[in-house]
Amino acid sequence: MSLSAAIGLQRGSLRLDVELRVEPGQVLVLLGPNGAGKSTVLRVLAGLLPPDTGRVALGHLVLDEPAAGIHVPPYERPIGMVFQEYLLFPHMSTVDNVAFGLRSRRVPKAQAREAARHWLERVGLSTSAKSKPGVLSGGQAQRVALARALIGSPELLLLDEPLAALDARTKLEVRADLRRHLSEYSGPTIVVSHDPIDAMALADEVAVIEHGRVVQSGPPAEVARRPRTDYVARLMGLSLLAGTGEGAQVRLESGVSVSVAEPASGSVYVAIRPEAVAIYPTEPHGSPRNVWPARLASATPHGSAVRCDLTGPVPLTADLTATAFAELGLAPGSEVWATVKAHEVEVYAR
Amino acid sequence: MTDPGFLEDPEATAAPTRPRPGRRTLARRSARTGTRIPLALLLPAIIGTAILVLPLVGLLIRAPWSDLLVRLAEPEVGQALRLSLITASMATVVSMFFGIPIAWVLARSNIRGRSILRALVTVPLVLPPVVGGVALFLVLGRRGIIGSWLYETFGFSLPFTTAAVVIAETFVAMPFLIISVEGALRAADARFEDAAATLGAGGWSTFRRVTLPLVAPGIAAGAVLCWARALGEFGATITFAGNFPGSTQTMPLAVYLALQNDPQAAIVLSLVLLAVSLATLTLLRERWLTRA
Repeated sequence: MSLSAAIGLQRGSLRLDVELRVEPGQVLVLLGPNGAGKSTVLRVLAGLLPPDTGRVALGHLVLDEPAAGIHVPPYERPIGMVFQEYLLFPHMSTVDNVAFGLRSRRVPKAQAREAARHWLERVGLSTSAKSKPGVLSGGQAQRVALARALIGSPELLLLDEPLAALDARTKLEVRADLRRHLSEYSGPTIVVSHDPIDAMALADEVAVIEHGRVVQSGPPAEVARRPRTDYVARLMGLSLLAGTGEGAQVRLESGVSVSVAEPASGSVYVAIRPEAVAIYPTEPHGSPRNVWPARLASATPHGSAVRCDLTGPVPLTADLTATAFAELGLAPGSEVWATVKAHEVEVYAR
Repeated sequence: MTDPGFLEDPEATAAPTRPRPGRRTLARRSARTGTRIPLALLLPAIIGTAILVLPLVGLLIRAPWSDLLVRLAEPEVGQALRLSLITASMATVVSMFFGIPIAWVLARSNIRGRSILRALVTVPLVLPPVVGGVALFLVLGRRGIIGSWLYETFGFSLPFTTAAVVIAETFVAMPFLIISVEGALRAADARFEDAAATLGAGGWSTFRRVTLPLVAPGIAAGAVLCWARALGEFGATITFAGNFPGSTQTMPLAVYLALQNDPQAAIVLSLVLLAVSLATLTLLRERWLTRA
């Protein structure tokens, strides 16, 4: 069954106005900054928070429709949810945590435990059945939480920041694991995350939420390559510029022109990857069509590179190797020249 | 964060690897031993401690240690002690039965007038117990608002019965339990209840299977506090239940009565109560004394 949701909700200063559609077997990642309303969307879908307006339906089953006075309480919804920090019940053994959902449906204890053991085996934790959640590692707790959510064969799976509580080392492994489990699940899945890497790894479809609204949605590669808001661009490390296409040139709002490889017209965005920007101490005369003076505003280590924020007629982000950064003798305030080849510039309609 | 311990309510369980609160407190204290206590604070602190401790020391000094066992074996002592323990325990059970739901309403619900409700149910904390006794008498006495109806319908009169002792003690002690459990509920992470709801558990099921176990330590602490308060109850009991050996004469009443005609007996009875109190304090030690 597919999920279709239109949610309108006023909560404090946050005005939530979101429409989502997720097909069976599809994973939608809600990506957005803190306080954008991602988790609130999940709480509404789980039934923990009734919306003010709109409609939430799973196939033909209407879960919320305030106008018709319909609100199905969370404990009657066919859903599974993995909470932020997992929220395993600390007073119960791992196996009883997993069996909880079945026990709620009056499945006899022995039978529920048997099913729970089976699920723990599936997530590779059969040896931890009797331990309390307190002794589990973050990655193990996540898998228990997933098993607990899936044991009741939910029609909709919701995951709230399933990887945020993990350290960088375990994250990689757990993420791959989670991806495998999600691909085995046949219903619609919604994952909330603020980490673009998680989104790229898990998503079939990404919806970016800012200020309670979906500002961009699409396949992850598309969102990463052609961001539509500064937030998404920053998340992906891109410089996003708005302008007007004039053939092989895009005139930015500041009046400067950017040379592009493919002719463009009308209102367009220009996106430039930081590794496509080269920096020179003096004005270079070479093949790159785009040469602009710039001033180094700040520099921060980024992986093995140094990420430089440049101000000037065209604000840019550039990645330099540490060696290059040192050899150029750069410091905040340094005046430099930045170049970008025309074919490295991504142009798309606004 | 690699420590999965953040999942736990620190009140509910203490992982063996985690430093005990007591040790932490000690460490903090020893780290500050360099500070000198100003005389203006030290002196009143010493005198204050003396005010609290000396009377108890006096009690121990003047106790008839030689014939203590003989006196303890006297039937009146056993009778009063047994009655006290039974009524205090019953009052605690009644307080838990009604108090935990009240605490839940105060901590979790959004009903209007919640702060008024909290004020109302905690009035007995600050009310002189004897006033409570008079009030109980006016409502439940034979001519009282409810009492007269009870008497006319069932021919049953509450005052001066063991049941009256339990009611008086409940009236005075239940607020301690309510406050303690409400605090525990507020400290417990309510998101666990959300998790239970998404796993198909309704309100009562969630309360029974998740909330109650999570706040069990808080309930236990509240129950011990409530029991200790009920055990020492005097004013409301003597006003509402009277002072009849065997049926309403609890230990505090027996102490008071004995002081009039047999001070030695009063000391013995007091020693017993002191012993029970110290035992209670030991029970609570882990939770209260180390939480400075």
